[in-house]
Amino acid sequence: MKALKSWEGGLLVIFLLTLSWNAAFAPEFLTLQNQINLFQLSIEKIIVALVMTLIILNAEIDLSVASVLGLSAAAFGYLINAGYDGGTAIALCLMIGLAAGAVNATLSARFGIPSLVVTLAMLIAFRGLARVLVKDTSLGNFPAWFTDLGQKGLIGPIPLSLILFVLLLALLAVLLHRTGFGRQVVVIGTNADVARFSGLNVVRVKTTLFLLSGLISAMAGLLYTARLGSVRGDSALGFELDIITMVLLGGVSIFGGKGSMVGVFLSILIILNLRNGMALMNITGHIQTGVIGILLIASVLLPNIVNTLRARQART
Amino acid sequence: MTGIFHRVSPQSLRLIALALALLATILFFSTQIDGYLSPRMFNRVTTSVAVVLPLAVGQAIVIMTRNIDLSVGSILGVVAYLTGQLLAVLPDLHPVLVVTLAMSIGALAGAINGALVAWGRVPAIIVTLGTLALFRSFLVEYSDAKTITTASLPAWLVDLPQANAVTVAGFDLRVTVVLALAACIIVGLSLAHLRWARRFYAVGSNPDAAIMAGINPHRVVFVAFVLSGALAGLSGFLFLAKFGNITVVAGMGFELKSIAAAVVGGVSIMGGTGSMLGVLMGALLVDTIDNSLTRWDLVSEFWREALLGFLIMAAVTMDTVATRSLAKLRAKGGQA
Repeated sequence: MKALKSWEGGLLVIFLLTLSWNAAFAPEFLTLQNQINLFQLSIEKIIVALVMTLIILNAEIDLSVASVLGLSAAAFGYLINAGYDGGTAIALCLMIGLAAGAVNATLSARFGIPSLVVTLAMLIAFRGLARVLVKDTSLGNFPAWFTDLGQKGLIGPIPLSLILFVLLLALLAVLLHRTGFGRQVVVIGTNADVARFSGLNVVRVKTTLFLLSGLISAMAGLLYTARLGSVRGDSALGFELDIITMVLLGGVSIFGGKGSMVGVFLSILIILNLRNGMALMNITGHIQTGVIGILLIASVLLPNIVNTLRARQART
Repeated sequence: MTGIFHRVSPQSLRLIALALALLATILFFSTQIDGYLSPRMFNRVTTSVAVVLPLAVGQAIVIMTRNIDLSVGSILGVVAYLTGQLLAVLPDLHPVLVVTLAMSIGALAGAINGALVAWGRVPAIIVTLGTLALFRSFLVEYSDAKTITTASLPAWLVDLPQANAVTVAGFDLRVTVVLALAACIIVGLSLAHLRWARRFYAVGSNPDAAIMAGINPHRVVFVAFVLSGALAGLSGFLFLAKFGNITVVAGMGFELKSIAAAVVGGVSIMGGTGSMLGVLMGALLVDTIDNSLTRWDLVSEFWREALLGFLIMAAVTMDTVATRSLAKLRAKGGQA
């Protein structure tokens, strides 16, 4: 009973409901291929959402992730068409991601400018750099091994990106819930001043997280490029909103300090299944987005209302 | 040496710095672009600022109360579309009524945000992230992928962007620009002189102290969102007038522009501070840079967005560093 009352318990119930609804109304839903497709369609977003979980738990935000993703994709397209080989291009793109993370980290963690402002400006700047690289065309002509990695199964029907997602999920869940670093992330997110006076190196933890965010976003950009086989200046435009929605719906407090990887994973499953179910029922993408918007607001509003009613009952 | 820092408040210094930055930008581009200081360029910048300015003013009020409104771009789109559709059916509607209607639709959307934030106690970033998606999907569904075209609009609206209010020394001030400026000035004067408007600062700088002083912070936050929605409605009307053709993507991304203008204009994301003169200069600076970069032959047009992002970052960084060192200087001066 206690488990059901927690956030994760509520999410689990919603997830099972969506799952059974989908299974009942769309016979092709439970096939392995549809399950893989369901992850593949949003794989870049859900990978970045895992790192965003740590950032928001730390009471920061990174609005620039989709632009870093787009910049990495654009850089790959540019480098391949400039004659670089795939391996070098991948390494350079990951370095660009790290550099982008370093810019965010320096300005927010070291200079103390709110990360909302820093990453908003960088959202514009990095997107701009992506447009500089691609101009108003689209770049393709990628090596076959590269697009195969994005489009074909690596182990049986399971593609590389899904394997990376599962690995990262396990890695970050252990990092967050089982290591000292993870505890530092949460403590700083709860109260940065207390953490600083307790001798924690707040700047270093925040810097690490922004570097990680840049690196993983760049990796997601490469996966995106491999999956779609071409890059444009506006690739992945606006992804940051979906990514943040996944994290917040997972029960991570926007004020930091509260939330779990399990919650975010369940929220990812719910959003993917809802979208997939609605798509199978021929509901368009924009309505899907609207439904998820309502779900996001309701996920915070309903517990608030319940708490208020309970408090009132307790008083009388 | 430190005397001047004691006489001039940090707020005024920030405004002076902004004005200097604006002046430097204009002077720099006047050496780079032929015919830069012309009435045409002036019009280009001012009419473009006119669309963003009301949004930025509303955003600034919301940010002052320690909140944020990410849904303004979607509200702008919905209002521009609904107003355009209404005018296609009822072209004889009085212009004043049209503006009032546009602002009312916006205010209604803002009221939804405000109620959820103030009384539902859902963080503003979550509410407006949700309504950003929600208002936009309403528009997509409602419009059924049809667009509003200039041909369906009444002549007065199509001509409005070219209509002059006043002409000074060959420089025309368009009616749309005057409308946006009026909104900015009215809000600015209210914030400086009216008791109810001062409450935005009070709630933003210290909510607990505001409650102690007998202010209902929920009501203040609600009003801030309603105002932001209404001003987004005004921007929606100006957007419709300027572009005439309205698709479902109208106003997408304008939430970022409005936040950029407010933040560059010195409105602290921590709440409690900010002036409308600053917001005006912030909007002017961002749009001047944006419009000038498109005309600058030396850099390709594709560099515009990247440079804009880095310039916004530079402005905010300098502001933060300057404010901090100023505070240190003052502290030292106080001790001596």
